[in-house]
Amino acid sequence: MKLELVKITKRFGALVANDAVDLEVAEGEIHALLGENGAGKTTLMNVLFGLLHPDSGEIRIDGQAVRFANPGQAVRHGIGMVHQHFMLVGVFTAAENIVLGFEPTILRLGLLDRRKADRDIRKLSQEYGLEVDPNAIVEDLPVGVQQRVEILKALARDAKLLILDEPTSVLTPQEIESLFRTMHALQQSGHSILFITHKLKEVLAVADRITVMRQGRVVGSTTPQETDENKLASMMVGRSVELVVEKGPARPGPTVLEVRGLTVGDDRGLTMVDHVDLDVHAGEIVALAGVQGNGQTEFAEALAGLRQVTSGKIVLEGQDVTSASPRGRIEAGLADVPEDRQKDGLVMPLSVADNLVLDIFNVPPHAHHGARDLAEVKSNAEHRIEDFDIRTSSVDANVGALSGGNQQKVILARELSRPVKVLVASQPTRGLDVGSIEYVHRRIVEARDNGVAVLIISAELDEVMALGDRIAVMYRGRIMGVVEPSVSREELGLMMAGVTDSAPPDAPVAALAGGPGSS
Amino acid sequence: MISADATTGSPGGVEPPGSGEEPAGGDGKPPASVGWTRYLRRLSEANVVVVTILAIFTALVIGAILILVTSTAVLHAWGRVGSAPGEAFATSWHTVANAYSAMFEGSIFSPSAVGHAISTGRGWTAAFSPISETLVSATPLMLAGMGVAIGFSTGVFNIGAQGQLIGGALASLYVGFEVHATIWLHLPLVIIAGAVGGAIVGFIPGILKAQTGAHEVIVTIMLNYIVLYLLVYLLTTAPFQQQGQTNAISRVMPNSARLPHLLGSGLRVNAGLIVAILVLLGASWFMRKSTLGFTFRVIGINPDAGRTAGMNVKKVTVLVLMLSGALVGLAGMASLSGTDFFMATGYGGGVGFNAITVALLGRNRPLGVFLGSLLFAAMITGGRNMQAVTGIDLDLTTVIQALIVFMVATPALVRDIYRLKDSGRSLTQLISKGWG
Repeated sequence: MKLELVKITKRFGALVANDAVDLEVAEGEIHALLGENGAGKTTLMNVLFGLLHPDSGEIRIDGQAVRFANPGQAVRHGIGMVHQHFMLVGVFTAAENIVLGFEPTILRLGLLDRRKADRDIRKLSQEYGLEVDPNAIVEDLPVGVQQRVEILKALARDAKLLILDEPTSVLTPQEIESLFRTMHALQQSGHSILFITHKLKEVLAVADRITVMRQGRVVGSTTPQETDENKLASMMVGRSVELVVEKGPARPGPTVLEVRGLTVGDDRGLTMVDHVDLDVHAGEIVALAGVQGNGQTEFAEALAGLRQVTSGKIVLEGQDVTSASPRGRIEAGLADVPEDRQKDGLVMPLSVADNLVLDIFNVPPHAHHGARDLAEVKSNAEHRIEDFDIRTSSVDANVGALSGGNQQKVILARELSRPVKVLVASQPTRGLDVGSIEYVHRRIVEARDNGVAVLIISAELDEVMALGDRIAVMYRGRIMGVVEPSVSREELGLMMAGVTDSAPPDAPVAALAGGPGSS
Repeated sequence: MISADATTGSPGGVEPPGSGEEPAGGDGKPPASVGWTRYLRRLSEANVVVVTILAIFTALVIGAILILVTSTAVLHAWGRVGSAPGEAFATSWHTVANAYSAMFEGSIFSPSAVGHAISTGRGWTAAFSPISETLVSATPLMLAGMGVAIGFSTGVFNIGAQGQLIGGALASLYVGFEVHATIWLHLPLVIIAGAVGGAIVGFIPGILKAQTGAHEVIVTIMLNYIVLYLLVYLLTTAPFQQQGQTNAISRVMPNSARLPHLLGSGLRVNAGLIVAILVLLGASWFMRKSTLGFTFRVIGINPDAGRTAGMNVKKVTVLVLMLSGALVGLAGMASLSGTDFFMATGYGGGVGFNAITVALLGRNRPLGVFLGSLLFAAMITGGRNMQAVTGIDLDLTTVIQALIVFMVATPALVRDIYRLKDSGRSLTQLISKGWG
């Protein structure tokens, strides 16, 4: 199937989200649509999938102009979409999710023919190498497998063109590899794939052709052979971008954060952090690397006081804070940038100003004797917005209306606006665009240079290697070793898979099955 | 084999205007429009105030239809519509007009009574009696409604207003007849006791939710029954039971424990109204400007973020239910110490449940609760007058109240009826909060 989008324009009020966008996807092609958050990629895909109606322009399939009033019609024309946030019923089985909406029935009596559903799905799974247990409950599956269920759902509806919206943002490196294999298998069987992303490496690794969007327009089209990361990044951002973090050598001071024999369990009581020892000195960045689901999340939560410690201790500048409340740790000088910024870091319907004081709203100068000083909160917000270059229409705007990058800047601005001794940042740039990543990295290095002890927890190898003055690798709840940033990617990769000189990996797959809640 | 896909509707996937860091083609702001054009546009966009007013209007229209189809006189007239068409319409009009003017005269004022008072200089008490009765009915609704509203806006669905109201009234009653002091000391103690009594009943679901995760909806509903029958028991037991009585009726509060009348002894409106207004003003300040109110709001919207920011979610959960219960307890105090002076079984009637409705109608805001209470109280007092004057059953007002709530809860319906644009601020979100 060949898809053409011709001069698609979509306006929201005065904002032109898509401005005469042309896009062509050939049969059997993996076509990457690259752009920063807010460039208009998602709008374009929603137009294509019938969720939005273009103000002008045309969609053509195999040369024929088509109009989609709703997603159902797009599906009938062979278009399938895998949304960034999965549209699955958590308590249903994989098979039930896949057949949802066109269930095979026995003798048209309205009885669900489970056997036929299972058979069909097993057949599809085998055909494309998408291994899924049809009887598994979806919410118990790892995120990567849930995504396979989504892809199978589209294929079961005879999709010839698959739209994958930011499919890798929730996956581990291994799951990403597996997804790429699936994409190639689909390509072999004649499917076209529209791959939406803002990650440059992935585009270069998997796409046949690349279209770059910026501010609602197509700014260029190229192939991986003709371009490289730097060229793509400057096309996306509209200026040249530094992909390397510029930082001087660290000047480590005394130990500020001292973790000794820390053991932490997860919600089911399984040991996720296993006798971890770690020191972070003032003025250095320690990067904690590891495949997601190896205990980093629980480790960060234990540091912030959000998760009970089984044994061991956490010492902050000589003060034992192991049993201190989150409040107590904040007062002791701990700053926490949580992994899930929208869930744990911000209150979406509240204003930017309120979010900027979320953990200091009740102390002077923001409050006196239980009464908030709203004028002070506002002037604080004005300063932070300027200082951290937060793009918002006003201090009173809901923080939920900001882009992901600006939301993260709000959290950083808040955490660094008080005297801080330790900064723990989990996945600080996940889901951010190139420009924001650059900015967040710069502020983290700046904090380090101001003498803050920084601990970065990241699943992005590039980030770990670029930011860390020392790199600790976590595998199945243990620190496999602490190495210098000059270490090779291969060596780090092996450590992340649990291989050390002395001990071979024991069932590394088990560590990956962190469950859907782990991301 | 393909049918409408389950993947329809992905609000999360749509990039809303202005979400980009540098939105394409402009600054992302709608074009500036001035003065009256903007005013007209605002008006046509169905904001909550317009929806609420239209909902009340529509409910009254439907109520009028119900009056017509249940009136034998009207049906009779329509039976003879062929021979006397004018009479059918006239009868219909008179029936509805009589009913609604009786409701108005019973709840606000009667023009004839006011005219009489002005011309003769006497009968002012009778002229002010309807509005006084409305204010008397509204007072406990304001207090209990605000209590429930504070819970709602914090994500706590307190359905236990009935029990907390009885708890507050019982405590006030006990202090009322056990303590002997001058009114300057006695009355404040009675008021405080009401708040404390309600807070104690609120503490139980609060501590259970915080410590065990028990859902407050279940616990508060069940607690209503427990308190209700605790009352029945206490009313037949010393020291509560009235001496010489075998019925379940309590002792009577002495004068020093009663809220003083505001407009002379002939009108029942009393200082409870002042307590209610002070509480509403206090609640407004509390939610907007106090640090604890900010904590309540944050935890109501996103407890995870609150916890990460160092807030003690468990403590706040208990505090919210205690504060909510305290305000509802004051409602019990206000009706006991303001008008009733003793308790019998089933005390409080429907106030506890009407409080929930008033909180929803008032969008959990103090001013909204104030206006919602007045509306509900006016319909109750007016409905009684309507029943007395026209014979139309008081239940009709209940139906109208239900219709108002029904339509306020489904703004899409009101917008459809009046072809209004969606302003994007949904009431249903507000109402469904707390059930998560």
